[in-house]
Amino acid sequence: MATVIIGSALDIVEHCGVPRFLFTDFPLGNPCGRPGERAMQHDIVRRGLELFETAERPRTTRRAPYRWSADESWRERYMEVREADLPRLRRGGQTRGGD
Amino acid sequence: MGEPVRYMERSRRYYEAQGFERPYVWVHHEEVPFTVPEKPMADCTLAVITTASLNVRDAAEPRAVASFESVDPPPRLFASDLSWDRQATHMDDINAYLPIEALREFAASGRIGGLARRFHCAATEFSTRRTLQSDTPELLARCRDDRADIALLLPL
Repeated sequence: MATVIIGSALDIVEHCGVPRFLFTDFPLGNPCGRPGERAMQHDIVRRGLELFETAERPRTTRRAPYRWSADESWRERYMEVREADLPRLRRGGQTRGGD
Repeated sequence: MGEPVRYMERSRRYYEAQGFERPYVWVHHEEVPFTVPEKPMADCTLAVITTASLNVRDAAEPRAVASFESVDPPPRLFASDLSWDRQATHMDDINAYLPIEALREFAASGRIGGLARRFHCAATEFSTRRTLQSDTPELLARCRDDRADIALLLPL
């Protein structure tokens, strides 16, 4: 069955290897557009559907032409590990039960 | 504009900081299948699969494929046990991750033949074996039961 992925984790999806991928460079959680922005969401879906027709080979990646915000700090913040975080993270890992 | 986040490296460092010594092995396929739609898009029935869930879940709960009627979607989905950027955004607008309104518009306009009877929730599973041997065959069977021709996969 022909598939298209619309997602925001470029490295993970390309490492996996998929037939067709529309990459939305947004924080994880909203790959189809910013909340409440119907025109953007419609356009992202349009681009995803288009890939069923225009992709010619596996590992085809296209990028949606949208920026999450002028403030790019979300890129560094996600799963950030700073010196001060280490004790808390270690406790969290012990609670979950490490390998 | 900034570079795309390197999630594999970021999560490796994060789990290492938590004390997990064995890094997660991400799935990698040397050979990637490429199936061409057998019909024009205007005749295709589209199934949709998301990694979000119908309910708030505990990370320890067993994960299983769940489906809902595409004509009667829930007002929202959840991903309480998945990794996504809770600081930067939220999941209150289902259309930001499962764009039901846009999909209905494309079906109504004839861009696609129609939406499959059911859409499916398959929460991200760390076990590659379970994904390949359990979730994927189940998803494919449900898509085929609904006569889906093509599928949109929307990982959170």
